[in-house]
Amino acid sequence: MLEGAVLLAALAAGDPQAGEALYSRCLACHSLEVNRTGPKHCGLFGRRAGSVPGYDYSPAMNRSKLVWNEKTLDRFLADPLKAVPGTTMTYAGVPDVKERADLIAYLKQETTAARCGK
Amino acid sequence: MSFFAFSSPQVARRAFLGKSGLLLSGTAIALLSGREVLAKQAGGSKAGDVRILNTALSAELEAVAAYQVGAESGLLEKPVLALAGQFQGHHKEHADVLAKTIRKLGGKPLEAKSKYEFPTDSLKNQADVLRFAAGLEKGAVSAYLGAVPLFQQRDLAKAAASILGDEAMHWAVLRQALGENPVPSAFVS
Repeated sequence: MLEGAVLLAALAAGDPQAGEALYSRCLACHSLEVNRTGPKHCGLFGRRAGSVPGYDYSPAMNRSKLVWNEKTLDRFLADPLKAVPGTTMTYAGVPDVKERADLIAYLKQETTAARCGK
Repeated sequence: MSFFAFSSPQVARRAFLGKSGLLLSGTAIALLSGREVLAKQAGGSKAGDVRILNTALSAELEAVAAYQVGAESGLLEKPVLALAGQFQGHHKEHADVLAKTIRKLGGKPLEAKSKYEFPTDSLKNQADVLRFAAGLEKGAVSAYLGAVPLFQQRDLAKAAASILGDEAMHWAVLRQALGENPVPSAFVS
């Protein structure tokens, strides 16, 4: 219970500006607007995992039944292969809670911004 | 001062090519000879390693395409254009080795997409192209850093770290070309 409250507090305190710098780690595979090695991030929040048109997901992601929000993103980003075994996002993850919160804050800000057609 | 703080861009390219060529040859040898052993090994770890290698291959193929866009943009001046060609060549070497390794592990390497989407509308001058390339290289460094600890086979992790080193050099040179601190911190992340 306390752990959940701490997580929610951390997520609420996420700094999108710090998250922008962290997002540079993602740029070999991801962009906001277009599918690349990984799927695009525009429209991420509230989207069912495995549902971006034109992107060829792993069977594992298609089966995951995840819907992306702060909590599911936090769990996935902490350890993608533990959260979705078999995902093609073969990345060890972002172990630092504050860094994940910042990254999620940035994603939330940018994926609902004008550049994403919102 | 010259573009790379060497006596000339040609000297810089020769020095860079010589060192990175040695590095990549070592990677190729490590990967390909290692695979001969790995190919005979059974076990669930192989599928995981193939998945990691295929994700890396996908990003390498995209980098090759991105440098092609940069080269054909008409925005790069001669010394920088040659450098972009050299870096693209490295990514091709990475992709070739990754694909061969995947095959040797019994996997099927991903193929290059027929079409890639890049933010070409926002590339107005040489600095824009360099900044875009630097972003990809920095991302590649982070991606390999995140992949290295996942490999079940240590020689694959070593080889991926070798590629990481090459791409970190690309990133540094591109930052230098942009007039930025080429090595902004003691660690990459």
